[in-house]
Amino acid sequence: MTIRTPTPRGPVRSAPARSAPDALVVPPGEITTGHARGAPLRREGPAKLTGVAKYADDLVFPGAWYGGTVRSTEAHARLDAIELDPGFDWSGVVVVSAADIPGDNVVSLISDDQPVLVPVGGEIRHHAEPVALLAAPDRGMLREARQRLTLRTTPLPAVFDPLQSGEVFAHFDIRRGDVEAALAGAELVVEGIYRVGHQEQLYIENQAMIAVPRDDGGVAVHGSLQCPYYIHKALKRALLLDDRRARVVQTETGGGFGGKEEYPSMIALHAALLALKCKRPVRMIYERHEDIAATTKRHPAIVTYRSGVDREGHLIAQDIEVVMDGGAYTTLTPVVLSRGTLHAGGPYACENVRIRSRAVATNTPPNGAFRGFGAPQVEFAAEMQVNRIAEVLKVSPLELRRRWVYQRGDVTPTGQVLRESVAGEEVLLRATEAAEYERVRERTAGARARRGADGSGREGGDRTASGIGLALGWHGAGFTGSGEVHLASIASVELTADGRIAVLTASTEMGQGTKTIFPQLAAAELGVPVEDVDIAPQDTGIVPDSGPTVASRTAMVVGGLVIKACRRLREEVEARTGRPFAEAYRDDARDHGPTRVDQQFEPYPGVQFDDATYSGDAYPAFGWAACVAEVDVDLDTGEVAVRNVVAADDVGRVIHPVLAEGQVEGGTLQAIGYATIEEIKLEDGRYLNDRLATYLIPTALDAPRITSILVEAPFSGAPHGAKGVGELPMDVGAPAVVDAIHDATGVWIHDLPASPERILAALGATGPTSSSSAGRSRSDKDVEGAVDAAMDAPIEVGTDPLPTERTDAQPFRAPTDR
Amino acid sequence: MLVNGDAVEVDVPGMRRLLDVLREDLGLSGTKEGCGEGECGACSVLLDGELVDACLVPICQVDGHVVRTVEGLAGRAVDGQPDLSQLDVVQSAFLETGGAQCGICTPGMLMAAHAFLASGADPTDEAIREAIAGNLCRCTGYTKIVDAIVLAAHSASQPPVE
Ligand code: FES
Ligand code: FES
Repeated sequence: MTIRTPTPRGPVRSAPARSAPDALVVPPGEITTGHARGAPLRREGPAKLTGVAKYADDLVFPGAWYGGTVRSTEAHARLDAIELDPGFDWSGVVVVSAADIPGDNVVSLISDDQPVLVPVGGEIRHHAEPVALLAAPDRGMLREARQRLTLRTTPLPAVFDPLQSGEVFAHFDIRRGDVEAALAGAELVVEGIYRVGHQEQLYIENQAMIAVPRDDGGVAVHGSLQCPYYIHKALKRALLLDDRRARVVQTETGGGFGGKEEYPSMIALHAALLALKCKRPVRMIYERHEDIAATTKRHPAIVTYRSGVDREGHLIAQDIEVVMDGGAYTTLTPVVLSRGTLHAGGPYACENVRIRSRAVATNTPPNGAFRGFGAPQVEFAAEMQVNRIAEVLKVSPLELRRRWVYQRGDVTPTGQVLRESVAGEEVLLRATEAAEYERVRERTAGARARRGADGSGREGGDRTASGIGLALGWHGAGFTGSGEVHLASIASVELTADGRIAVLTASTEMGQGTKTIFPQLAAAELGVPVEDVDIAPQDTGIVPDSGPTVASRTAMVVGGLVIKACRRLREEVEARTGRPFAEAYRDDARDHGPTRVDQQFEPYPGVQFDDATYSGDAYPAFGWAACVAEVDVDLDTGEVAVRNVVAADDVGRVIHPVLAEGQVEGGTLQAIGYATIEEIKLEDGRYLNDRLATYLIPTALDAPRITSILVEAPFSGAPHGAKGVGELPMDVGAPAVVDAIHDATGVWIHDLPASPERILAALGATGPTSSSSAGRSRSDKDVEGAVDAAMDAPIEVGTDPLPTERTDAQPFRAPTDR
Repeated sequence: MLVNGDAVEVDVPGMRRLLDVLREDLGLSGTKEGCGEGECGACSVLLDGELVDACLVPICQVDGHVVRTVEGLAGRAVDGQPDLSQLDVVQSAFLETGGAQCGICTPGMLMAAHAFLASGADPTDEAIREAIAGNLCRCTGYTKIVDAIVLAAHSASQPPVE
């Protein structure tokens, strides 16, 4: 069901014939009906489409200086001195070091370990760490000054391998049932070690922040950001400002994907320190190179998995160990790890589960938030296991998932009973039907059989092999555990004196559609035209703290608050006027003046989580996603072309079909990039490919045609039933692509990305069917020693149970009862 | 040079990037910078009808030529700024299909779409993807951008309906 707006806007007029002397104007045609398939057009769309929308770098502040960051060139060192070349005229530039920070030298987030600037005598913990700041009236002088500043350091030994790190940021241990006993009694045990690397968010607008000193001694920052109140808090702490004197204003934001969740606090602090010192606005606009080199990435992870299956083909045991590389500072790592831990089992019922996880420090730039937030890493491993088990059991991966997927009433590893809104099977069936999964799979199997396992049946023109792959996933909606209760977000709705409705939240628009869906929700609840609803600017001087714009929580949590606030506003006005709100609100505004309602988050009924024991309802509800990918693999070059993708995502309730599909399509392509080409290469803790020419993301030619199917299994705790959509597609794209590569070639790629080199190595090893285990035993050895040392009760790895032989004797009975 | 139909003159060093002249000297900040090295296409403009990366073009090469930017697509309001209610056929199509999300790639995408439509090529999926292959978008997955260009091509070939 779509929440429809009472009155769609009138048709957009096409451009009249222009007098401009060029022939490029496309003749105008009546092309739009004025709405996007029954929902309103993107609110800020016309401004973005005409170039009028102002992103941070588009803002002009007269007299502003250019700010720059001096960064470490070592991964681990003591900072002995910051030296200014006496031969340079420093009177025309401003230099800021840690000594200039009036308050605490920390970027306030979870732990207080990350400094705003490394102090002299302090420790540089990663390459590209901020050490000093410069501002100058023009770019040329800024460049010159940077060359005249030298960092004196003493190198310290660095740790780059997470398995060698003894510094643990966070660890979790979830247990249900008796894993060891279940594995001992299993008919089949399949093991795997999966490694995934860094991924860059690569929003097309680089990080950007402009700080403007205020008359009252405070500072206002305008920038590209997701979470105004994170920055607000960070400014207050380090600059010793009160609520009023620190002000954060979001500019139009050219993509975030998590990359503008926490790092903008650092940039805002840098710009503010410079602005306060030189008493004028300072622009901190990153170039792409600096953005990739210095800002956060998706956490690399090593996931070790053992799954046990009984003779009926039931999943009876999952023993999982997750190691994430947090980089040099804590940032959001404990929360990323927590989500990764909670999702590691995948969307499958299992009585005996043990999930142990830890996130460790290395001397690499800190990793942080990125769409999916720990889940894509572990769900890749979980889905690889399912697909590999299906191969061993010689059953369809679809059939196996139908048998295992959570149903209503099932219990998760934290003891959460899935009481409602469980749609794993539905998304699975919808995606596979639309993709004609079984039919295509038969065809690709036929082609593979004809070519033969060693490729001996290849004919002259047989250069490419086609395959189809499947993955299923789940994603906890909103903050983990008691996160929302602690946040205690507030959203407000106001009937203004001039008879309009204003929605006041700190939830930012970064392309996902906040500014379009909130007016829609308010208009639907109040029965007023959507054009009468305004969105207040995301400015901490104006809007309340509705929490960060992260965790796919905006539509579900904050949208729910907006609806509840509207409900109370309606009741108040109706009680006062004795008439329906839609008829009375303009008169009421005139006669009574403005009415504002602040709505604070109230815990979802019956949802309880115990942080101490990590048990209970980890999330109020889960979203469910399935992905079917078709690929062509070039058998000579190892290159993968993803041809077609069908994605089915359960979002609870669709608020805006076009925007929701846009989230699914965009997230799916990011997952395909993660699966195939996106890779950060490191040397001594430094990112080597820190340019857009070397860190590749999919172009329109690399991108498949993506068919998105929106499924609705509403969540009763949210007034509109919505569960969020942003992150879901990110969890399933990569395992579906890697499964399709296997379907095409017969080889399993255990590490992401499935690059041509990895595929060729696997194909060339000892023939397609055995190459993957060759790759695996090497990994096993690496992990074994280090894991043993670091964990109290290490998982025993290293012996591949050769499952094929054991199960051939115990044929799997295909389930018929579900 | 002629920018969006207006004759303009600037007095700047010859090697200054067209991108900076547009954004900083002429105040046309609709054209974006995503990489500064010809990889992302956010800075795409039309130079004598050809799609170019404004970050790679020194201003001396533009002397006497015709530049078209995103600001030159919609009708103009009285103040000379683009009129948000007078979108052209391509902008309207992007708005309707959801071809713009965060919008940072959109100005460049629109110019690439215009160059493609002006070429008169058949608006097939493959041809459109080829035409926008130099313009990166991280938000949309490109599906709705391709849809928008198909819709625009279709609408443009229809006689206007009143
Ligand atoms: S800014 Fe010109 S191509 Fe990226
Ligand atoms: S819409 Fe955000 S990069 Fe294309």
